Amino acid sequence: MSKLVLDNKSYDSRLIVGTGKYKDLDETKLAIEATGAEMVTVAIRRMNIGQDKNKLNLLDFISPEKYTILPNTAGCYTAEDAIRTCNLAAEILGGKKLVKLEVLGDKKTLYPNLTETLKAAEILIKDDFKIMVYTTDDPLVAKELENIGCISVMPLAAPIGSGLGIQNKYNILTIVENANVPIIVDAGVGTASDATIVMEMGCDGVLMNTAIACADNPILMASAMKKAVESGYEAFHAGRIIKKEYASASSPTKGNLFDNK
Amino acid sequence: MNIFVNQKKIVAPKESTIINILENLDIENKYLAVEVNETILPKSEYDKYIIQENDKIEIINAIGGG
Repeated sequence: MSKLVLDNKSYDSRLIVGTGKYKDLDETKLAIEATGAEMVTVAIRRMNIGQDKNKLNLLDFISPEKYTILPNTAGCYTAEDAIRTCNLAAEILGGKKLVKLEVLGDKKTLYPNLTETLKAAEILIKDDFKIMVYTTDDPLVAKELENIGCISVMPLAAPIGSGLGIQNKYNILTIVENANVPIIVDAGVGTASDATIVMEMGCDGVLMNTAIACADNPILMASAMKKAVESGYEAFHAGRIIKKEYASASSPTKGNLFDNK
Repeated sequence: MNIFVNQKKIVAPKESTIINILENLDIENKYLAVEVNETILPKSEYDKYIIQENDKIEIINAIGGG
């Protein structure tokens, strides 16, 4: 499998995973290890004041020395809030400016507000942020986000956390066809076959959280997702056969003992 | 002196720095950011900035998210 390059860094894994919704930090760590992911997303929030100082925090378990930490702007509904969150993330991570930009528009669907997303992206890019951007499956918007300088475009396959699988195959295919930056499907994956389908469509990667964290056995699902992404990538590059309406025998007809029957 | 930390009112000694506030709250997490009145305070300023009455201080960190 060739490497995924993002912000001048090469990744063996094409699976990016979130760190939300796990039972505890031990489970988070074990599941993420099982995915083989090298990049993980985190949320930026007020610290829980008053917690036991000996209680470990997320980044004690998911070390920024081992993983590329991709802070998100989840929960932001305006460009202004997203920009503030990105600046806080950079401060937390010692000046690193790689972020996942998501500016939401609606609490029910968690669809992105594209006007605010574009506005935030333009301002952040001017300030040297490297933007991996969550967007809808609109190919024109995806191209515009690439054109203004986002380093990766991340269309949803279905609403965040829905597990519905890929509901917009042809739009994603058009986005992939037009793209000169990595296209990473972010949101909608429900099970391993969904991740494989994403990769078989020629996407460069998959970002997921709920499908792993909320599985009955998150660590086993993490392992399944790792294999699913690798399988899909290899199948896409191997080149699938053309679909035919009728059968085509796999065994030779020549020498068949019963040819004359 | 009254200040607000993560939206909670607390009483802090006059002349306190951000380092003093973090110590008083038992915060040792190295991965954090501090805002004072919606402006990020660089880590190099934590031992220099003296809190003012009614300062709104936000202490931010990274938690699990997708």
